Amino acid sequence: MSGTSSFSEAAHVALSNSQQRRNLRQATTSIRAKRDAAVGEVDQWEALREEGRRIKDRTMRHLDVHLERLEERVTAAGGHVHWARDGDEANAIVTRLVRDAGSDEVIKVKSMTTAEIGLNEALARAGIVAHETDLAELVIQLADDRPSHILVPAIHRNRAEIRTLFRRHLADTEELTDDPAALAEAARRHLRRLFLSVDVGVSGANFAIAQTGTICVVESEGNGRMCTTLPQTLITVMGIEKVLPTVADLDVMLRLLPRSSTGERMNPYTSLWTGVADDPPDGPRAFHLVLLDGGRTETLADEIGRQALHCIRCSACLNICPVYERTGGHAYGSPYPGPIGAILAPQLAGLRDHTSLPWASSLCGACYEVCPVKIDIPQVLVHLRGRVVRQAKQDGWRGRVAGERLAMETMARVFASRRRYEAAQRTARVTARAVTRDGLVRPQLPGPLGAWLSSRDLPAPAAQSFREWWRAQPDQSDPDGHGGAA
Amino acid sequence: MSGAREVVLARIRAALCDVPADEQAAPPTAFVLGDDGLEEPAFVLRSRFAARVEDYGARVTRVSVAPAAIRAAVAQACVRHGIRRLAVPGDVPVEWLPPGIELLADEPGAPLSRATLDETGAVLTGCAGAIAQTGTIVLDGGPGQGRRALTLLADVHVCVVLVEQIVGDVSEALAAVGAVLGQTRRPVTLVSGPSATSDIELERVEGVHGPRRMEIVLAG
Repeated sequence: MSGTSSFSEAAHVALSNSQQRRNLRQATTSIRAKRDAAVGEVDQWEALREEGRRIKDRTMRHLDVHLERLEERVTAAGGHVHWARDGDEANAIVTRLVRDAGSDEVIKVKSMTTAEIGLNEALARAGIVAHETDLAELVIQLADDRPSHILVPAIHRNRAEIRTLFRRHLADTEELTDDPAALAEAARRHLRRLFLSVDVGVSGANFAIAQTGTICVVESEGNGRMCTTLPQTLITVMGIEKVLPTVADLDVMLRLLPRSSTGERMNPYTSLWTGVADDPPDGPRAFHLVLLDGGRTETLADEIGRQALHCIRCSACLNICPVYERTGGHAYGSPYPGPIGAILAPQLAGLRDHTSLPWASSLCGACYEVCPVKIDIPQVLVHLRGRVVRQAKQDGWRGRVAGERLAMETMARVFASRRRYEAAQRTARVTARAVTRDGLVRPQLPGPLGAWLSSRDLPAPAAQSFREWWRAQPDQSDPDGHGGAA
Repeated sequence: MSGAREVVLARIRAALCDVPADEQAAPPTAFVLGDDGLEEPAFVLRSRFAARVEDYGARVTRVSVAPAAIRAAVAQACVRHGIRRLAVPGDVPVEWLPPGIELLADEPGAPLSRATLDETGAVLTGCAGAIAQTGTIVLDGGPGQGRRALTLLADVHVCVVLVEQIVGDVSEALAAVGAVLGQTRRPVTLVSGPSATSDIELERVEGVHGPRRMEIVLAG
């Protein structure tokens, strides 16, 4: 989905959904409090964040070396490594692997990367059914909805909505209440049958360790363990930026991620596997790792923008963001919403498709403060705004960016001359007076200026400017001190 | 050699043209932060581990290291959950096994079927280690732990943790995990309480797909 339909238009629709706003406010308020408590327990949290940043920065600077090492180790451990230039290529590889395994369905661990490349849709076109097994992803899939949060994709839906959905789609749910425990039990019964029968699992990866060829998946419900343990064939689709050099690096990440993400000291399950375990046998008999570029190398080429690749998908920046809390995730028009989405989505998918996302922020900086790997999101946002404008210039100025440029150039001309500036002041005062109510200027303007003013208070201008007042004083020379008129 | 592999690697190298050619990719030495070098006494680690794992909704029973005490605690856990059949890894210490319970041993050469594991309802294992700071148990497929499916499909997981197995923090545990990952292909699972979800209005529900109840027998 393209972001050019503009974040602000989509946000406008979201803001009028009061149910969603209530759900989001309650959810983000509670998760922020949990995170604060969990982070507060760690003595040297800031030093740990800095170490997280350093690890990611250093890893990216030698990404090729680490990926080749990872490939070598996974292969030595009996796994198969596939490389994909883009999402289509990755989808084709997975489709072929599922067919080769003789299956027409897969069970899936929640994975941002497979959502990004539209794997489920690609499998469906090939006649393969993909069953999402994360509770929230199941809700999204049954509702034919889109995820709105990295960690809790159905955060915009409340218990009553989920009950209605389950009663419609799951067997034996006539008596189902909206108690979250009862809803989780219904999902357990529904999915257990699939876990025991489907023979191909598909996962993403939170981390991969080049040193040992180990993949790491972090989760809470146990569906991740089910999908990576029970099937005969396991396929992991991983963005190339997820690699870490050593187990010591994983240590730092595992101390940062759960506290930032769910506000827990540790998530219930962290699964680590290395190729195919055969002595003694444990888990899948075939393991495939698909390494995806999909715009990551282009992102890597931008020295400021590349830090977006450091993201460990904790979602702390979504939970703290005042814009996200009000608009929700759908307004971002990408699987990656919130502040991190505003810098990651335009870079992965191409800036031309998401020109409005770098503006989906008030630049308050709260996202930077909570980021466990210290991604300077405001810095990247401003940098990307510059890139959008430079690109618009190259493309011959079209659309919103062109209007903004015209306004800025006009303002520059007005400010450059005292005569023009004072004339503009007088005009503005007379015009504003006509549309002033209760001390505020409230014009009914069309276009971007009207939109800008619709969410901001513009106080009525004073009856007299300072310059006019000064000139009216007896025996005063010109306020600029030049004496003569301009 | 696939074309995509060469293309992606070439794109990465081109993207990193700002990195000096002689910069070393070698990772730094293991990073341990927050370790003040002081060994905390075992009783402190034991109390902290018990409190933290209870925070997740697991039940902790403290006993002595005497095999009879461990066996009695396992038997009590079985009574609490109405367990009459218990799946165990083939190499579980026999002195832990309570009388009067039907035992189903899972052996590498003779694994229990998924259906059997699904129906059995409860599993007894040991562990490779435990982390006091986070209330985590480490399963690495070593002695007394069995394969992963064993501790996954059961509804109740009874896990015996010896006090000497508890380390202070995640870093100490991962040092041991690193050795397993570096030298074997054995999978490792870090388990912190029973399975849980917060997907519905961020309200924590204990017990989704993995074991819904966790019983820790803390010995020593």
